[in-house]
Amino acid sequence: MGFRAGLRAGAVFALPTFVLAVSFGVLARQLGWGVVAPVVASAVVFSGSAQFAIADVLGAGGSAAAAIVAAVLVNARFGVMGVAAASAFRGGRLRRALEGQATVDASWALANRGGGSFDRELMIGATLPQYVAWVGGTVIGVALGDAIDPEALGLDVLFPAFFLALLIDELRNGRQHVAAAVIAAVVAVVLIPFTPPGIPIVVACVGALLGLRGTGP
Amino acid sequence: MTAVWTSIGVVAAVNFAIKAAGPVFLGGRELPDVLVRVIALLASAILAALVVVGTFSDEGELSIDAQTAGVGVTGVAVLLRLPLLVSVGLGALTAALLRAV
Repeated sequence: MGFRAGLRAGAVFALPTFVLAVSFGVLARQLGWGVVAPVVASAVVFSGSAQFAIADVLGAGGSAAAAIVAAVLVNARFGVMGVAAASAFRGGRLRRALEGQATVDASWALANRGGGSFDRELMIGATLPQYVAWVGGTVIGVALGDAIDPEALGLDVLFPAFFLALLIDELRNGRQHVAAAVIAAVVAVVLIPFTPPGIPIVVACVGALLGLRGTGP
Repeated sequence: MTAVWTSIGVVAAVNFAIKAAGPVFLGGRELPDVLVRVIALLASAILAALVVVGTFSDEGELSIDAQTAGVGVTGVAVLLRLPLLVSVGLGALTAALLRAV
């Protein structure tokens, strides 16, 4: 019941997921990732924010270490989501670990029944169409890669625009989020001319600590 | 390319662990409240920094160009509660048009 409802709910998110995946494939190809690496990235990382973060940092000339730190920090939120939904998972450790991979933003939100209760079957069902769209879209994007000039089409806007849309959603959660974001943005702007790429993003994390402290509990 | 493959491999492994951690180790238990709230704010901080770096950083220099305008248009569209794809599409269109003229 929950699984099939999840499939239907997840299908709605398959289209935007597909378009973002195409743009990831196109841009990764343009960054010199070749044909295989972008598709493998989508299949094994399966996270738009993490993959865009890697491309962002490496594309700006940053090191693998900086790209990894940025991507992992961007995805730290999945740890919190996993903790919140932990009680919904059943079976042995391996099964719970595998089912936990279904934790993606849209599915987690769809599966949230409020009051700390989550529908694990709905979350898994909602994630499947998004996974197919994500990997399939990346294949299409990689195939298009050489045929497209991303800057002429404005596709270089998609990375930061995608993050900005996610950010604005986050900021609707309250003033502490706004404070954390403003501090982080200021820190990043100040550091850009003076530090290697990726470092501003990592140091900007102090925004989370200061945002919490500055506005009180 | 080594950096690309290293990043993909390590991020995939860590991402797996991040997503598995809650279901595997914390069957229903809760983290300390303060820690949960800091991690919740982390997304806002990181996303803000990613937007700033992606929009204003051009090979280590601060720059304002067609890309900046496009991201700005997306921001306005999202604030007007237009759908995500429409908002992002308008931003890309803005940058494309500015570059075409």
